[in-house]
Amino acid sequence: MIRVVLPAHLKTLINDRREIKLEVQGEVTQRSVLDALEARFPVLLGTVRDPATQKRRSFVRFFACEEDLSHESPDAPLPEQVVSGAEVFYIVGAMAGG
Amino acid sequence: MSGVRVLVGTKKGAFVLTADGQRKDWTVNGPFFEGWEMYHVKGSPVDPNRIFASQSTGWFGQIVQRSDDGGATWAPVGNQFLYDGVPGTHQWYDGTPHPWEFARVWHLEPSLSDPDTILAGVEDAALFRSTDGGDSWAELSGLRNSESGSSWQPGAGGMCLHTIIVSPNDPERIHIAISSAGVFRTDDGGTTWAPKNKGLHSEGIPDGDAEVGHCVHRIALHPSRPDTLFMQKHWDVMRSDNAGDSWTEISGNLPTDFGFTIDVHAHEPETVYVVPITSDSVHYPPEGKLRVYRSTTGGNEWEPLTKGLPQANCYVDVLRDAMAVDSLDSCGVYFGTTGGQVYASSDAGDSWEPIVRDLPSVLSVEVQTLA
Repeated sequence: MIRVVLPAHLKTLINDRREIKLEVQGEVTQRSVLDALEARFPVLLGTVRDPATQKRRSFVRFFACEEDLSHESPDAPLPEQVVSGAEVFYIVGAMAGG
Repeated sequence: MSGVRVLVGTKKGAFVLTADGQRKDWTVNGPFFEGWEMYHVKGSPVDPNRIFASQSTGWFGQIVQRSDDGGATWAPVGNQFLYDGVPGTHQWYDGTPHPWEFARVWHLEPSLSDPDTILAGVEDAALFRSTDGGDSWAELSGLRNSESGSSWQPGAGGMCLHTIIVSPNDPERIHIAISSAGVFRTDDGGTTWAPKNKGLHSEGIPDGDAEVGHCVHRIALHPSRPDTLFMQKHWDVMRSDNAGDSWTEISGNLPTDFGFTIDVHAHEPETVYVVPITSDSVHYPPEGKLRVYRSTTGGNEWEPLTKGLPQANCYVDVLRDAMAVDSLDSCGVYFGTTGGQVYASSDAGDSWEPIVRDLPSVLSVEVQTLA
């Protein structure tokens, strides 16, 4: 079971502020986690990945195990702690101040 | 019993304001979609319970929401705005070619005859249509692929398609306006388009009389006069009496002819409203006095409407989609400000009262007149 935490705006969108638990088929990668997330919550289509390019949106980051995984390949395996459910896969909106 | 429903889009959510036909006692519902930028919220003229809303942020992109119960509950519909074919390029700020990139939906225009059909104007400038209630969208790419498309260049506010007017007597005729490109018209339902900017003069472009490149801020018409269009340009208030084939200036005695919004009285096709803004570098009313100007002569002669509006220390802006009229017997006029006030007049602008004073910055105001 993969544990995913969404940023506040996306929690608003799915009307659920809790941590999400996802079943992911096959190898656990950014792509497979996001595919499973979008399949369960179609409203999230296009909000994390650009709908035309499927690339991570510029102001979205992926954190896990105290590492920034944003620049990893979307098909690279995620850390074992994420796969086992010991650690959370965080989808984060970039901070903007002012 | 008649009533009105005012749909307000703000930088941090949407609000639905309702009142009976007296328009004195208001109920405020919202915020809906907290924290999201709501560029536009508009109801179907065919089915007033059906309302569409454009929801976006720079972080998480575009969502389109639809309500089928008058704004009480909402559900997301399609948000895939994919340019038709290989998108190609337009001019970037430095003059180099730049790929078309979807940023957001600025304006939603439900059909006058079919509750499932809706047009969407987007940034980078393009027109999309849905015929299934917003579930899926297809580009009317004849506009972007028209002769001048590759030369369009964004202004400071982005290259947005912000105004869509479907002719009330000919669904094949549509006028659209694009910031820093101008007005375009189709007479064949969106297959082919032609620029309609003759008579516009803009000092901010190299050739002030160019066919395209004008920063049109909004156009409006009265349903009984589909060939008469009124325009608030970056500078200049204009009118056309031949469906945009040519334009003449009607700024007349306005204190400044810069502004964003313009609208037409529901029952008097020669009565027009604008909100003059000081200049393109000073986006608040002249002298700190918030004044709507009304012309009952189709332009040139304008009177300030001030009763109930702040006449000192007011430094808000009124954006292009932030004014609307209802169609009750005594025409109601509504506008929202970047300071979060929504003002209403139930007597065609003679006097004003705030419905709300402290919303987030208002991006759009639309009104539904309910039977």
